[in-house]
Formats: sequence, C-alpha cells, structure tokens
Amino acid sequence: MGVHRCRKCAAQSVIYMPQHRLALCAEHFLAWVEKSTLDFIAKHHMFEPLDRVLVAVSGGKDSLSLWRILLKSGFQADGLYIDLGIDAGGAYSKRSGEYVRKFWRTFAPESQLHVLDLASLYGKTVPEMAGRRAGGRKKLCSICGLVKRHEMNRVARELGYQVMVTGHNLDDEAAVLFGNTLRWDVEYLLRQAPVLPAEESGLAGKAKPLARFYERETAAYAIVSNIDYIEDECPFSKGATSLRHKEVLNSMENGSPGTKLQFYHSFLRARKKGIFPGYERPVLQACPKCAQATGIPGLCAFCRLTTDAEKSIGEEIL
Amino acid sequence: MVKVHFRGSEIETPGKMTVRELMKSLGLNPQSVLAVVDGNLVSNETRLSDQGEIKLISVISGG
Repeated sequence: MGVHRCRKCAAQSVIYMPQHRLALCAEHFLAWVEKSTLDFIAKHHMFEPLDRVLVAVSGGKDSLSLWRILLKSGFQADGLYIDLGIDAGGAYSKRSGEYVRKFWRTFAPESQLHVLDLASLYGKTVPEMAGRRAGGRKKLCSICGLVKRHEMNRVARELGYQVMVTGHNLDDEAAVLFGNTLRWDVEYLLRQAPVLPAEESGLAGKAKPLARFYERETAAYAIVSNIDYIEDECPFSKGATSLRHKEVLNSMENGSPGTKLQFYHSFLRARKKGIFPGYERPVLQACPKCAQATGIPGLCAFCRLTTDAEKSIGEEIL
Repeated sequence: MVKVHFRGSEIETPGKMTVRELMKSLGLNPQSVLAVVDGNLVSNETRLSDQGEIKLISVISGG
C-alpha cells in the first residue's frame, strides 16, 4: 500500500483515518479537527460563542488540544489546572503543571489560567487522601476522580463560567461505556453524555467537545500543532481497568475499523430514544457544607473526605 | 538500520520497511501509536529510510 494522499489537496498525508476512509495533510488535518469540533459543539448545544468556557487542563494532549482549538475558534476559554500532588518518584504533577504553564505562555497568554493546589487548599495531596482509606490504587483513582469533579464544578460555579469542558476523547468514552455495559450499570450509562446541562441542584454545565475523535487524532492534533504535552501516563494508572478496555477496543478496531465509533454513537442514539425506560435517577440534594449536589443525605463524598478542610477557595492567576 | 525511540528507550531494527510494518514487528497496535520523523508526524504507510530515526509515541492515556 502506498502513502495515502490528502483528500483535499493531494499532498502527502500525515494521517489516515480508516474509520472515515480519510487521509489528510497536516494543514487540512488541523482544519478538519477544528471544524469537526465546532460542528460537534453546535450539534449537542454545548455552549454559545459568547459564553465563558472553563477548560480543565491536565498537561496532556487532549485538554491542551481542546484549549488550543477553542481559542483558535474565538471562544473565551480560560484554563483550570488542579495540582493533585502526585509524585510517585517522578514529580508527575509538578511536570504536568509545567506543560500547562508552557502552553499558556505560548498559546494562551491573553487567557486566564487558574491553578488549584490541593495540598495548600486542603492540607493533603490526592495520594495522601487515598492513604487514609483502604483499597489501594483503585481507591486512589476513585478519589482522584471525585476530587477533580468537585473542584472543577466548584470553580466553574464560583467564577461564573457558563460551562466547564474536558478533553475526553472517543476512546475514553468508549472505554467507560464498555465498562459500564459489562456491569450493566444503568445509573452510569444514563449519565454518560457529551453534554450535561447545568442544574439548580448545584451542578455546573459540562461538555466534552472532543468526544467524537479517536485518541490518536487528538494526539496527532497536538503533534502537528507543536503543542508540548506530557506523554507519560499517570504513574497510578498502570494496570487500570479502563486501559485494558481501551486495548480490547483497539484490538477490535484494528480488525474492523469504525468499531469504537459505531459503539459510542449507537449508544448515544439509543440513549436519546430513551434507553432503559422507567428508570428514575436518584434525587439530588445540596451538601450542607459545600452546597454541591449529592445523592446521599448529609455531607457529600468530597466533604466527608476533607472534613478537616476549612480553607476557602484559592484562585491564583499566574 | 533504523533507530527507534519508544517510551524512553532506543532500539535498532533493519530498515526498508513501512511505519506500519515497524509497529507490527514491535508488537504495537497502530491504533495506539503515532510515528514522528524529524519532528513531523508521518502516516503509517510511510517507508522508512535506512539509517534513519523515528520516534513512536503512545497515544493511550488515562486510568
């Protein structure tokens, strides 16, 4: 098989996407990703051109690519980096923060970058929070997710952003969907969507504008855009179930291009039609301490985790 | 020989093959890896030059 030519200009391609039967050169690949993102945002009514958008950035390829795309498209998009205090002998969080700051200086100097340092705010890093609980790494990943969701939601609401966006790609979504389907976890299946509107119960609006792209496409976008990002995975993610699910899905994708795309989009269509009729979502109530939505009476899971935390929101504009 | 950089290590392999063939010879799924030559992204059908260098980047992240 020879090198595919760009469908738009016949130049040598840098990427071939068999699920779309589409090969593109660097210039047309960037344009394709950016236009497709805008189409996806509009299709799912994620946010409007004048909305203030908060991008949760980790220093990885997905979130930094997303911030770049939104800024190039003219959105008012600011960044939020949460320093989780993960070291594991490799200063992971510290290095991730450096990639975020480098991106901000290079591509987003006119935007705001909000940095939250968990250890300063709550006196504990994520590994230290997890160290107080039994359960090992699985517990740590679960606590990390809980902390990030709570803090992103809090900052988005307190600073008046219309929507909070994350860099989740289609591989992330398909792997989560795969896991939830294996367990037939109806509550999680019904909650999985590329956009979740804001709720009066205390949840900020959330959106995943890159959820239509494969992971190799978001990585390709970062490389072609000269975005320097942290290539290492989180040291605590080794052996994670979601990574095994990604490998399984990629193995199927390799033999049958489009498998992941079809799996995810078929689910979204089924969800829209009303999958699992009669199922009622648990009623959410406000946590008496932080006022964020929780499905259980009393303190929410985050406030129970950080009961000794009495510090107010920290916002640092770099 | 082609010099291959992957996950912080460096190996040498006989050249005269495509990027896809290189990935296959290393047991890598083309869905999970991208190839960069001289700082530029290249497609999996690109034929490698003997005595060249290539960086393979894992695209899988998360946990």
